[in-house]
Amino acid sequence: MSALPPYATTGQRVWFYSFRVICGLIFFFLIAPIVVIIPLSFNAQDFFTFTPEMLRLDPEGFSLKHYRDFFNNDSWQSSMWNSLKIAPMATIVSVTFGTLAAIGLSQPHVPFRRAIMAILISPMIVPLIISAAGMYFFYSRIGLQGTYFGVVLAHAALGIPFVIITVTATLVGFDRSLTRAAANMGADPVTTFFRIQMPLILPGVISGGLFAFITSFDEVVVVLFVGSAGQKTLPWQMFIGLREQISPTILAVATLLVAISIMLLATVEMLRRRSERLRGMSPS
Amino acid sequence: MSDTTQNGPVLAADGTPLKRSLAKALRMQKIRALMLIAPLLLFILVTFILPVGDMLFRSVDNRIVQEVLPTTVSALETWDPASSELPGEAVFAALAVDMKAAAEAKVHTKVAKRLNYENPGLSSVFRKSGRKIKKWDVENEGPYKERLIELNDGWADIELWRTLKTYSGKRTMGYFLNAVDMKLGAEGVTVRPEDERIYNTMLIRTMRMSLIITFSCIMLGYPVAWLLANLSTRSANMLMILVLLPFWTSLLVRTSSWKILLQQQGVINDVLVWIGIVGDDNRLVLINNELGTIIAMTHILLPFMILPMYSVMQTIQPTYLRAAKSLGATNWTAFWRVYFPQSVPGIGAGSILVFILAVGYYITPALVGGTKGTFISNLIAYHISTSGNWGLGAALGAILLAVVLVLYWVYDKIVGIDNVKLG
Repeated sequence: MSALPPYATTGQRVWFYSFRVICGLIFFFLIAPIVVIIPLSFNAQDFFTFTPEMLRLDPEGFSLKHYRDFFNNDSWQSSMWNSLKIAPMATIVSVTFGTLAAIGLSQPHVPFRRAIMAILISPMIVPLIISAAGMYFFYSRIGLQGTYFGVVLAHAALGIPFVIITVTATLVGFDRSLTRAAANMGADPVTTFFRIQMPLILPGVISGGLFAFITSFDEVVVVLFVGSAGQKTLPWQMFIGLREQISPTILAVATLLVAISIMLLATVEMLRRRSERLRGMSPS
Repeated sequence: MSDTTQNGPVLAADGTPLKRSLAKALRMQKIRALMLIAPLLLFILVTFILPVGDMLFRSVDNRIVQEVLPTTVSALETWDPASSELPGEAVFAALAVDMKAAAEAKVHTKVAKRLNYENPGLSSVFRKSGRKIKKWDVENEGPYKERLIELNDGWADIELWRTLKTYSGKRTMGYFLNAVDMKLGAEGVTVRPEDERIYNTMLIRTMRMSLIITFSCIMLGYPVAWLLANLSTRSANMLMILVLLPFWTSLLVRTSSWKILLQQQGVINDVLVWIGIVGDDNRLVLINNELGTIIAMTHILLPFMILPMYSVMQTIQPTYLRAAKSLGATNWTAFWRVYFPQSVPGIGAGSILVFILAVGYYITPALVGGTKGTFISNLIAYHISTSGNWGLGAALGAILLAVVLVLYWVYDKIVGIDNVKLG
């Protein structure tokens, strides 16, 4: 289907093009809701739709006022800083524990591997409201509810499945004879890990870390329950904004978040291709 | 030096039998692997598994009644709830003692709240009496039966005593029965009247809408996955970005975008009015109903369907299709009888994943679902954070978790958890 053969009948031609149109529409459905936010965020009015001025591409219809609102509003600013304080810490915790465990899990003989894997992936599968409610009760008991540390631990737990999945996937292609060769030349296990194994699986570790980061950065249900006003994150602020009085500042925030997602996605894709090339898996 | 002709076990360099030496090495390997995993396993256990277990325990926990009214509960043991007579003076005396102690410790409201879930109206009896009993001398101011009933005639209601007796144990199935619209009374388990059945309706609605969302994802995901799997690697990688970008974009961004697009004064209605499909005065109601939730969640979960489908379709050899056609199959037969059966594992993997994620959704239904398009998660959140009926919230959560875990187990059996695709 990559190209239409010259002998195709009219019916085949019609189907070929209509199929592409259908796929195009589905791609439009996927991407349009994200893209449409961007021009709307430059609206000079407090509307959530395109004004006649915007449709005429009149410069009068566009402005940066929603962005100014975002950068001058204290509650938006403090929530952004809270997010930036919580997400990197949660990422560090999940990447450290996750990478170690992923290396353990990719050893040739691991007892109960399937069961352990099932437990480690479960934070991704268990409905967030259940995790959030459980953490709320349990963390209140041990005095972590409403603290920065509690939110970091909760977010780290949610990020771990992503680190495990990406790092174990990278380790599938890892050549074990390299660590044996290093050991043979007198390197101790710690040196072998940092000088041989780590550089080779680094792309997978970084991708996993970015997944963990975005998980924490986007998370709202758990922080609503485990956090208190002092840990109000950006998604929390957005959630309140959307539920109560919806202000157009949300459009500006959403656009900035889309920009962040595009940057993270580009990084992950670059890393993935690089590691596939290194392992000689890419067909190109 | 061991010789090959020598009898007896083969020895390793240090003189131990090779078999034992290998077993030891294998054991060391296993221990090393477990040591690497142990910190994370412990971490997940403390930060995640224990909290979830704690919540599940709350769905059967009923210690509060015994803790607050210990002597009343033991005095009630001999009373038969089926009899139409009120308990005797001894029970009332015990109650007076318990209530005075509870009111002084300010815990009588807790038991009032607990019993009120089962028999609305009990709360005020406990609260009002507690305030006055505090001033009583409970040692020698009998008879307590008359005095209590005089204080609040709620104590003369036999239903109150039946409820108290039914819910005096340390564990209860009451929350679970409530969660499936049944009721545990003195006369056993009964089904609630038609107009009080909200939880089953909610559970069924959650399942039905998740199925619709899963089905829409299959319908929209299949053609895209097919196209991606059959294009050249370069173009497929380009188009893949369009699938992965929504995957990476914040859930709240996508939800807010749908909230803005689907409004009555939003972009979609504006476009429809501009084209002339709908009149300006009867704009479509696309949000705060089931439709809004289904549209937004299909969009949000679609990448989770496309990725597993794509990875399965990539492995299907195009030569099979060509072979089928050269044997005389029409395009449709070749697709339906040869290609489609091979792509079923991808559909299965994607469907289970999308369904699991859909049944537990909270944010999107809360924001675009209004009252008609909310899920069971929203009800759980309501009970945990607003109504304070934690036991009922926990019981609903346990039911939801059971559904998800069964599907998780199926997914692991069919696909294997290691094979989850994240782009």
